[in-house]
Amino acid sequence: MKRPNNNERQGVVMSNGSSGSGIDWLAIDADPRFRELHRRKTRFLWTLMAISVVCYFLLPIGAAYFPKSFGRKLWGPVNVGILFALSEFVIAWLIAFVYSRQASRKFDPMALELIRSVGALGSTKKTLQQ
Amino acid sequence: MRLGKFALPGLRRGAVLASTVAAAIASPAACAMFAGGAVPERFGWLAVVVFAAIIGLTMYVTYRAARRVTSTQQFYAAGRSVSGLQNGWAIAGDYLSAASFLGIAGLISLYGYDGFMYSVGWLVAYITVLLVIAEPCRNIGKYTLGDILAFRNDPKTAKLMAAMSTIIVSIFYLTAQMVGGGVLVKTLIGIDYEISVIVVGVLMLAYVVFGGMVATTWVQIIKAVLLVAASILLVICTWAPYGFSLPAFLQAVVGDPKVQAQVAKLLGDAATGMDAAQLGQRFLEPGLYLKNPVDQISLGMALVFGTAGLPHILMRFFTVPNAHQARVSVLWAMAIIGGFYVLTLIIGNGAALHVGAAAIAGFDKGGNMAGPLLAQFIGGGAESALGNFFLAFVAAVAFATIVAVVAGLVLASASAMSHDIWVGVIKGERATPAEEVRAARISAMLVGAVAIIIGILAKGQNVAHLVGLAFAVAASSNLPCVLLTLYWKRCNTGGIVAGMIVGTVAAIGLVLVSPNMTYPQIERANAQKVIDAAPAKLETLQAAIDDATEAGAKEKAAKAFAKAKADLAAAQAAQEKFADQETSLVGLEKPLVSLKNPGLYSIPLGFLGVIFGSLLWRRDRRASAMWEELYVRQNTGINSEQAVGH
Repeated sequence: MKRPNNNERQGVVMSNGSSGSGIDWLAIDADPRFRELHRRKTRFLWTLMAISVVCYFLLPIGAAYFPKSFGRKLWGPVNVGILFALSEFVIAWLIAFVYSRQASRKFDPMALELIRSVGALGSTKKTLQQ
Repeated sequence: MRLGKFALPGLRRGAVLASTVAAAIASPAACAMFAGGAVPERFGWLAVVVFAAIIGLTMYVTYRAARRVTSTQQFYAAGRSVSGLQNGWAIAGDYLSAASFLGIAGLISLYGYDGFMYSVGWLVAYITVLLVIAEPCRNIGKYTLGDILAFRNDPKTAKLMAAMSTIIVSIFYLTAQMVGGGVLVKTLIGIDYEISVIVVGVLMLAYVVFGGMVATTWVQIIKAVLLVAASILLVICTWAPYGFSLPAFLQAVVGDPKVQAQVAKLLGDAATGMDAAQLGQRFLEPGLYLKNPVDQISLGMALVFGTAGLPHILMRFFTVPNAHQARVSVLWAMAIIGGFYVLTLIIGNGAALHVGAAAIAGFDKGGNMAGPLLAQFIGGGAESALGNFFLAFVAAVAFATIVAVVAGLVLASASAMSHDIWVGVIKGERATPAEEVRAARISAMLVGAVAIIIGILAKGQNVAHLVGLAFAVAASSNLPCVLLTLYWKRCNTGGIVAGMIVGTVAAIGLVLVSPNMTYPQIERANAQKVIDAAPAKLETLQAAIDDATEAGAKEKAAKAFAKAKADLAAAQAAQEKFADQETSLVGLEKPLVSLKNPGLYSIPLGFLGVIFGSLLWRRDRRASAMWEELYVRQNTGINSEQAVGH
């Protein structure tokens, strides 16, 4: 576990949950760039979420109602059911990978841009740069 | 290193404690205690050495950590200086409890495909954590679930509700871990149940009280690394003879007579007419363990939505410096947890092939000994030193697993008690950091003492469904509240209160009226059936013994006869036990619902609770005034809690 470096040591302790931070939250909320970030992020997140939930519940449903298909041998004794269950792991990893790539390439820079323009937020910038 | 430099007066006590525990474990008397478990008595010293090494390592880490833990941020959140990679391992350490480490390998070894299918939900759960929980919570939270809910709702009410829910979820989970751990340690190395519960409790308290989140994180990391290393070793040794080919390995599994016999036993009458190859192949098909698809979907919902509401998992996201690292930590956690479950496919099937379901179930009906017994086989069997070294190693990892998971749970409940209830509600946020850390340590000791007492009182109880219940409560109360306060503008204090109460009561209430409980009339009726059928059955079996001409067949028939006799005795004992009881714990003659897992009903009820609670509540000025701030902050990370040096 790394010790906080000098830079972090000097980081400002921000008050939590108080409106006394001097930042105009309403203005940021109304900013078209924030709206755009939020719109894109929401659509992306809930699409991925829906895909993963549907994929997951297909497994117990398939096992319960299509045992014959699940038992079909494809590769020696390896059957459809085993490959389907293994594919669930691959799908979960893929969704995680796709999300994190999109977040690092698209959402983080958009948020950073917003923070820069709001300005005077000091230590928050490096939060996103790391 | 001078002693006078210790930041904590309690550290000397910590060092004394560590050496006492180590001495107690290494003493000759302790060696004698390691008898009657899976490790043969003459190899008991091996178990002692491996246990002492692992406990020594974690104690050293705690000793180092204790010098750093002086502030609240260090105690609750390890100074927010944990990297994404480290936190990923720590999340895996927190999550892979003995139930998943030993339990899933065991389910696969006994029931084949269904055991593997069961493991999938435990990984998919992290998609919810990654997509909708980890980053927003890191951006707006501080130390606890209560901090997240207090952001735009009435702080005192929200913190009180969150703390109560945290404690309820943690106690359910904790009880399952303590009881399961005590039984496991007894089966593995033969230590008395009560002693192992106390040792687990004392060790865990040493980590949490002296080292706070810093030590707990390191204990989780050490345990997760050991766990993964042990699994990889087992998989390599099991799989290598088949050239790492999945079809070749599974062909050996389905061709094994022990596996075929197990399938025949599970199928009962349905197995008539199936040849050996069909029976073997059936092991890789669904339906040997999970019979009720609706129940399974209900459990799947609790896993997929409950993991994101587990307080000890949420708390881990406050230990990293920012939302980006929170995301990185979930990615690592998913890689480690998912990889681990894929490995259990080989471990479970390997145990079915080499050890056999009958031998595994002989030690423990739930199959928990599958992994350890496979390790013993790989090393050369029950009579070899290497085999017993492997077994001792896996046993020690299992022990470390229980201690680490319990430590995470105790830290989460202690934080809820000190940070949310004591500082937030009772002291009205007016406490110095030193006072708060002291309160957190005292809370940890209280929770730890409660855990030990519950562990001892619940000896012999069937607590397996408590883990499922913990997930169900988290999914029905914590998740709807967190999700809607983050993403729904109208959500307010009334919604939080209603959601927490409705979700918790629904999940627990549904379990209380479910088939999980014991129903004396049904037990008596089942026992009566066995008793009624016994005379005819015994007569047939007696005739089979008399008719058998070969020695082998005679022996087999005699075994069946003895088993039928034992069943009869058990049924008679059950009759006696339930003779003067008429109803279950809550006064029911038979279950009101057929589902064992409440998630299917209780999760929607929890969401409805938050929605109607919010709509019916008086206008909540704070909740709507804080909405924009919360919304911008959770999406951008502006003003999030920073890592601060001492």
